[in-house]
Amino acid sequence: MSKNPFIIEVNHVFKQFEDGKFALNDVSLQVKKGEFVTILGPSGCGKTTLLRCIAGFQVASSGDILLKGEDVTKTPPYKRPVNTVFQKYALFPHLNVFNNVAFGLKLKKEDPETIKKKVRKALKMANMTGYEERKVDTLSGGQQQRVAIARAIVNEPEVLLLDEPLSALDLKMRHDMQIELKELHEKLGITFIYVTHDQEEALTLSDRVVVMNEGKIQQIGTPTDIYNEPQNCFVADFIGESNILSGTMIKDKKVEFCGQVFDCIDTGFGENNPVDVVIRPEDIYIWKVESQKSKDRPADSKTDSQNIEDDPEDRVPKGKFTKWYGEVQSCIFKGVHYEMRVLAADNYEFLIQDYHEYLPGTEVGMLVRPEDIQIMKKEHYIYNYFEGEVLKNGKVRFIGAEWEVQPKQIEGLEPGEKVQVKVPFRSIDLQDYEEEGKLSGEVHFILYKGNHYQLTIRTDEGYDLYVNTNDVWDDGDRVGVVIPKDKILVESRKSKVESHE
Amino acid sequence: MSKVIQIFSSRRTWAWPYILFMLLFVVLPLILVGVYAFTDIDGHFTVRNFAKFFSHSEAIQTFLYSVMIAVFNTAICLLIGYPAAYIMAQEDFKTPKVMAMLFILPMWINFLLRTVATVELFNMLGLPLGEGALLFGLCYDYLPFMIYPIYNTLQKMDNSLVEAAQDLGASRWQSFWKVIVPLSMPGVYSGVVMVFMPTVSTFAIAELLTHNNIKLFGSLIQDYITTTDLLNYGAVLSLVLLIIIALTSFFGDNNDDGEKGGMI
Repeated sequence: MSKNPFIIEVNHVFKQFEDGKFALNDVSLQVKKGEFVTILGPSGCGKTTLLRCIAGFQVASSGDILLKGEDVTKTPPYKRPVNTVFQKYALFPHLNVFNNVAFGLKLKKEDPETIKKKVRKALKMANMTGYEERKVDTLSGGQQQRVAIARAIVNEPEVLLLDEPLSALDLKMRHDMQIELKELHEKLGITFIYVTHDQEEALTLSDRVVVMNEGKIQQIGTPTDIYNEPQNCFVADFIGESNILSGTMIKDKKVEFCGQVFDCIDTGFGENNPVDVVIRPEDIYIWKVESQKSKDRPADSKTDSQNIEDDPEDRVPKGKFTKWYGEVQSCIFKGVHYEMRVLAADNYEFLIQDYHEYLPGTEVGMLVRPEDIQIMKKEHYIYNYFEGEVLKNGKVRFIGAEWEVQPKQIEGLEPGEKVQVKVPFRSIDLQDYEEEGKLSGEVHFILYKGNHYQLTIRTDEGYDLYVNTNDVWDDGDRVGVVIPKDKILVESRKSKVESHE
Repeated sequence: MSKVIQIFSSRRTWAWPYILFMLLFVVLPLILVGVYAFTDIDGHFTVRNFAKFFSHSEAIQTFLYSVMIAVFNTAICLLIGYPAAYIMAQEDFKTPKVMAMLFILPMWINFLLRTVATVELFNMLGLPLGEGALLFGLCYDYLPFMIYPIYNTLQKMDNSLVEAAQDLGASRWQSFWKVIVPLSMPGVYSGVVMVFMPTVSTFAIAELLTHNNIKLFGSLIQDYITTTDLLNYGAVLSLVLLIIIALTSFFGDNNDDGEKGGMI
């Protein structure tokens, strides 16, 4: 057992709450001794639940959790060799700083001299020497956080769990504490599991980042992996800013988007398959071009490496790169760089960060190095697939409502027959007023795909619909869902099964 | 005109009726009690009333008995009330409102009516009236005053404090005694004061539930005050009681630098 390199193993853990929702949906994670692992995700993604399962405050519905190879899935928190730093510090208001820190040691009945020594050492580690006699409510947020850290590390845990420990601090304090935490981790050499929704914090602090969403782990990797090679749209969108575009993988190392073919370095996506393309805003080179030229320019302008005007500092890489052109729509100064939105062919909009300012209306050329183009498999293509049932009245029942369909769609199908229903993303109309739709729901997730938005609509019955639209919606907007009857495609399950055989 | 508006919009103006009310019905009676206590029937200054109290063994015994009953009642209320409040404040307790309602429901009617009803209930069940019935009645009447402030503090308590204690190695029992109990003390103080004060001066409940067999200090005061020539002596007893009550409320006040329990 001592050869086991993992101090924490989480194996296929599910956590279902009373309302039936899964806070954790098949989560598996291994953490090595001494690692600094951050669990990152938006609020409600299950990251805190995962931490609480490791701490023992919540018991997984299924799956198991091992600490040092020992199954602790159902072990109560006070018997686990882990300590937690809570989000709101959770210091005992009836005890002073010394007694707060000494709480765990006193429970272990250590002798007073040892307790004194250990508390002093822990407070020194947390830079809180001299505050022993203070009441905790006379301390500032940052000081309380340090006491909370001292209280946890004084017990010499093998794993320190930190639940968004810096979220209540102001920005500057947070930065200072980040550095201190990093140093503390090095000094103690114990395992840190850190939960945060702040991607910057995750990227700066951790050895490995676990990105979570909707109870599932989206990606596990080093901060650079996560940033440079996001595995799906969620990660790309959540970590940093990014341009996520729909494209087509023509063949290995060739991808088409925005009406042009680009070289890239990714392989293994097949031929002519739809993919998502991620380009970080800082990876796009931008330069000014004379306005007429951009319009007359041939689609494939790979050869004219001489044609880059307005590049006095020789910033733009020369060589055989595919260039594309557009017009600056907006330009905002962000402190170090400018952030511009550039409208290119086919209504693709690009977010670009550059140290140079290009005012709205400027015609610009753009290029990106092949290695900066990240290709991801499309999670959803263009159809929503639902299970449905043909009804006697000639309608089809799916996602909790009855829908009229064109008669030819259900030709030859018996009432009561189970069918598969296909609805293209483009064909779902969203209405401002819930009552106007057959179903109502909420905008659950928004992804900007360069020239359109891809929304995830969660209906009140709990179904997810993907909708492509040019309209602007906000997260949490209530919408009515309308599907025109000629856009509903019905397939018999039987024929499908037969054809598979 | 504007001056009139100014007068009526001033907070001080609106305070006057209350000040007047309190002067008339709180301060004046207190002064009267003091004056009567230090005068004889003809209105001459005397301390003989006090001397009488300290040599009057029946009064002292009744006084001690009343305090004892009040202490007992407070202890019983605390023993029953704390667990009830604790259960109600648990996060996974589904119906705290219903339970709180059930505890508070009897308070919707006047306590005299309630006590009369209790007497009937005891008669119906064939239970004897007396000291036991008295304690039951007191507890029944004053239990909500104990539960509510404790429930209030427990409910406001951050659950992560309990989790922090368990995280640091405290078992459920240890985290209860080392965290929950100390942090709920403000509620306990409020409850103790709110139960002790009215029970030490109660008399109607005692009369009804013991067929007038047990005399509490409150009944004694009532007897003397309604007898004209012993009014001054009654005033002394009232003053003694007042001092006791004042002392208990100081006991409660000293500990309210944290969260106050909140009275009903």
